[in-house]
Amino acid sequence: MNLDFGFYNWSVITDFVLKGFYFSVFLTVVATLGGIFFGTLLALMRLSGKKWLDTPAAIYVNGMRSIPLVMVILWFFLIVPFLIGRPIGAEMSAIITFIAFEAAYFSEIMRAGIQSIPRGQVFAGMAVGMSYKQNMTLVILPQAFRNMLPVLLTQTIILFQDTSLVYAIGAYDMLKGFETAGKNFGRPIESYLLAAVVYFVLCYALSWVVKRLHKKIAIIR
Amino acid sequence: MGNWDWQVYLQDPGGKDPTYLQWMLSAWGWTISVALSALLVALVVGSLIGILRTLPNSPGWVRFGNAWVELFRNIPLLVQIFLWYHVVPAIFTAARDVPPFVLVVLALGFFTSARIAEQLRAGIQALPRGQRYAGMAVGFTTWQYYRYVILPMAYRMILPPLTSESMNIFKNSSVAFAVSIAELTQFAMQAGEETARPIEMYLGVTVLYIISAMVINRIMAFIEKRARVPGFVAAGGTGGH
Repeated sequence: MNLDFGFYNWSVITDFVLKGFYFSVFLTVVATLGGIFFGTLLALMRLSGKKWLDTPAAIYVNGMRSIPLVMVILWFFLIVPFLIGRPIGAEMSAIITFIAFEAAYFSEIMRAGIQSIPRGQVFAGMAVGMSYKQNMTLVILPQAFRNMLPVLLTQTIILFQDTSLVYAIGAYDMLKGFETAGKNFGRPIESYLLAAVVYFVLCYALSWVVKRLHKKIAIIR
Repeated sequence: MGNWDWQVYLQDPGGKDPTYLQWMLSAWGWTISVALSALLVALVVGSLIGILRTLPNSPGWVRFGNAWVELFRNIPLLVQIFLWYHVVPAIFTAARDVPPFVLVVLALGFFTSARIAEQLRAGIQALPRGQRYAGMAVGFTTWQYYRYVILPMAYRMILPPLTSESMNIFKNSSVAFAVSIAELTQFAMQAGEETARPIEMYLGVTVLYIISAMVINRIMAFIEKRARVPGFVAAGGTGGH
């Protein structure tokens, strides 16, 4: 068959693709920030040494990690409107889902990061009279974040790829944008190919940046 | 929510399965066969690519292996499944008679092969260089020292990340919902809509996914225990879905 990319001019891209692209990026950024925030809380709960904090966090994290993301997306789309008593759009539901889901993955990364800090650092903080909060925010977490930065960013790239799964609830992301354009112009094959190229270029560029950063951090340490 | 209605599983969906329960179990079968077939493809292709990337004095093969990994790692799985399902048959007429099951297995298998290749490469490169030299010194060919010296150690070292990859492949098989594979997630979406009891249907499917993950985890733990080399600690792995 003949491939014809001719219909992809600038107005098609602004009409269909850009809107989805912005949502994919927005979802990635919000889920990364929210996921790191709640993931850090979960990690602190798991490392607190108190059973009533550790157990619920462990159940949440392991539960989220053993269910496919698509099922989590479907569950939240079903449950959240029930809980807050009014319907929410697919986009809002996707944002809540991704923050909750990524928190579980980021918490495992943060936990490994915090545990990679030598015990002596904790004791040193205690010895100079710091409270738990001071010790965490001033001594442990800054170092843990730095150790974990490459892994966190790699997870963000995976997260960006996973945003395409909002297809399951019909949210309008970049993939949906390409698909809609392809349907409207009767050129689905070219659209899927172009979507693959765009995703590849973006993710490859990001992973190249992460690699560079990894080298830079490795020299300092 | 409130009232449960588990009898919904005994209703007749009007398809080839007499009840929703039987439909769900057959969907579980599809999930398992997609995941296991894809795992087989991923192990074979991933091993091959992973080995190519560590071959001495063959920059061409190393570059090919690296390109393979970057290609299949940087495109979302859902897009890859669309490529195999919609684009490949449209461009290659020979692929038009290939059943969708095979296309999805190839998509999921190649996607995972990139990750297994990366783990195997890391595993091989984590071995002390002396092992390779020792193999060369006793006169082994490249094939021989990979077969008898390097790979037996490397595979044992990457068993923990392989465990999470095997569990991931079960979870990732859910992405096949987007094309016409009657696996668990597609069952959940269809049956939930038809019966208007999505919570019961989702719960059943979620439990089956968790059971699958636990079974795979136990099997891999058993293999890990049996294959362990005393004094060698295997490397752990995190990240990925």
